[in-house]
Amino acid sequence: MAAFVAGAEIPLKRRLRQAERARQFKALALVLPLLAFLLFTFLVPIGGMLWRSVDDWEVREVLPQTASALATWDGKDLPGEPAYAALAADVRQAYADRTLAIAAKRLNYVVNGFRTLLTKTGRALKAQPEAGQAKATLVGIDPAWGERSTWAAIKSARGPVTDHYLLAALDLQRNVDGAIVEAPADQAIYRGVFMRTFGIGLGVTLACLILGFPVAYLLATLPPKQSNLLMIFVLLPFWTSLLVRTCAWIVLLQDQGLINDALRWTGVTDTPLRLIYNRFGVFVAMTHVLLPFMILPLYSVMKAISPAYMRAAASLGAPPATAFVRIYLPQTLPGIGAGSLLVFILAIGYYITPALVGGAGDQMISYFIAFYTTDTVNWGLASALGAVLLAATLVLAVVYGKLVHGTATTGGIKN
Amino acid sequence: MHSMWKSFGFVATLTAGIALASAASARDLTVVSWGGAYQEAQKKVYFEPFKKTGTPMNDESWDGGIGVLRAKVQGGSSTWDVVQVESEELALGCEEGLFQQLNYSKIGGEGQYLPEAVNPCGVGAIVYDFVLGYDKDKLKEAPKGWADFFDTTKYPGKRGLRQGPKTTLEIALMADGVAPKDVYKVLGTDEGVERAFKKLDAIKNNIVWWKAGAQPPQLLASGEVAMTSVYNGRIDAANRNEKKNFGMVWNGALFTIDSWVILKGSPNTDAAYKFLNYVGQAENQAKLPEHIAYGVTNKNATAKIDKGFLENLPTSPQNMANAIEINTAFWLENIDRLTERFNNWAAK
Repeated sequence: MAAFVAGAEIPLKRRLRQAERARQFKALALVLPLLAFLLFTFLVPIGGMLWRSVDDWEVREVLPQTASALATWDGKDLPGEPAYAALAADVRQAYADRTLAIAAKRLNYVVNGFRTLLTKTGRALKAQPEAGQAKATLVGIDPAWGERSTWAAIKSARGPVTDHYLLAALDLQRNVDGAIVEAPADQAIYRGVFMRTFGIGLGVTLACLILGFPVAYLLATLPPKQSNLLMIFVLLPFWTSLLVRTCAWIVLLQDQGLINDALRWTGVTDTPLRLIYNRFGVFVAMTHVLLPFMILPLYSVMKAISPAYMRAAASLGAPPATAFVRIYLPQTLPGIGAGSLLVFILAIGYYITPALVGGAGDQMISYFIAFYTTDTVNWGLASALGAVLLAATLVLAVVYGKLVHGTATTGGIKN
Repeated sequence: MHSMWKSFGFVATLTAGIALASAASARDLTVVSWGGAYQEAQKKVYFEPFKKTGTPMNDESWDGGIGVLRAKVQGGSSTWDVVQVESEELALGCEEGLFQQLNYSKIGGEGQYLPEAVNPCGVGAIVYDFVLGYDKDKLKEAPKGWADFFDTTKYPGKRGLRQGPKTTLEIALMADGVAPKDVYKVLGTDEGVERAFKKLDAIKNNIVWWKAGAQPPQLLASGEVAMTSVYNGRIDAANRNEKKNFGMVWNGALFTIDSWVILKGSPNTDAAYKFLNYVGQAENQAKLPEHIAYGVTNKNATAKIDKGFLENLPTSPQNMANAIEINTAFWLENIDRLTERFNNWAAK
């Protein structure tokens, strides 16, 4: 009997393992479409964006001889005659192939005016300069070729990868000697724009929390008949197009809009208050648009909190305020966290609302990403700004994860 | 025997199919324009009558972008032949060799076009302007130029400008007394840029920045702004379709030209030239302004245009007199730097 059991044990184990493996395989097959979808719509584009923020192919491809001639240049004095000859040959070739503009665009990011310089040089170089005359010829065409900064620009852009765009996204740049320095004051805008983006995101999140918390509480505690009606009021704007809601705010807030007309009619003001095309308008419109994203997570958490806790607190002698702060509020923390994170992350990516109701000084980082993507086709800088935004968002998500994890294990909810 | 006929029939069908397929690949001329009301007008004035001359063609629309053209040309089997492009795409595409060099002798000679419309890679199709727009019902006295635009004591109220440095800096310099022809010379210097921003400081808190071409007529209609920079076509459309009473100031207007190009590698070059020749003729161009308020590029077309339309047309002589062309080369080189500068100024 014992022998029979021992003999049967191994095949059973194997059979179980096989069955388990088959099940796992089926499960994998079921999620495979999702994985493939994520790979192609999420990971590949993000990888592409990150790569574009450091990719530096233009000069390498258009001016290959110059790029290799400058590899050994120490950058202290002007490069030697061979580099000039290589440049002359490259420029002539690129001018004939009509690829010079590609390198010119890239170098123009480093030294403003490089586009004109290269085009002018390409047009003027009728023949390859005689041996030993390349430097004299090029400097004769434009004295800029006799300046170290011109050559340092080419050297810095010779690839294959560059930190130019990422530095630029943080208002930094490399000087002629390759050291990282602050960008000139009148070009340095992106740190300010990131601060503005996070500031608006934070402000909108707080406003949503303050406005959304009582609404969610009402939704969770009112009798079903009233709470269903209230829920419809929350969801109706949620289902309305973002653009429509934003434009509705323009109608309300403009100088000849309903609010200003009402203020003038009641005699509160004579001149219209400026409520739109400024930061105030951005806050109002964005808070309105994002409010449901705060209310819904809060509601789902509050709905699950049993009223028995509050009754127990009251029966133990806690005044309502104390019971609320010490018993109810801690239990809503997961909802506050989820809602805040959702609203904040959506808010820092906002584009169309600030574009329509903000002024020139209220644009968020997405505006600049869109501008460089579609208007000037500076995809390197657009990608670098995107990469910085992505990194900041990831850091915030990790911090949030840690915070929520900390709350769950250390305090608040004891059961 | 029967089965042999059957297989013969199959082979015959197959051959016919292949023949049809290859006939389709030698496709008709495809012309690409901007869509919307503009392309509707083009269909009536250019495309339909051109088809009647015996050359079959199709038309498509696009939203612009040099990347699209790059992909079409470098991807090999492009499905487009003639495309209407903006001045920046014309300059970039020409530098990159995406367009064919035009043989002007096939399209009526360079002499028949406005000098600004003649480019080695493309020929001008329409001329349109940034003008000063205002509501005639609300302003007692008509403004005369950009200097009045900056005069908020004489003309109280806010001002609309296009967000960004392009056109804004030119307008500021003209308001500060720079002659239209010298604007880009001044703007090319650091002092010139400084001067433009200083001028803008004066009305900074009164500016409403618009981003899309549809916004300025709405800003005027709602009374949000007293004056705004605006595309002339939008003012004309608001007056025609919505019965507004908007006015335009052509003094110091900034104009730009959209051009027709033939993509490199087009298999329909001959048909493309026939098309460009047709749309370049004065009598054909003269019909466009009846449908949409864009200027046309044939010098002789103006004389054939109905007087009623001419008054509001970018290319009528009195409207051209004190206008300048937006300098594409300048902006290609400086747009990134000046955009950063502009946003820095705006944030202060």
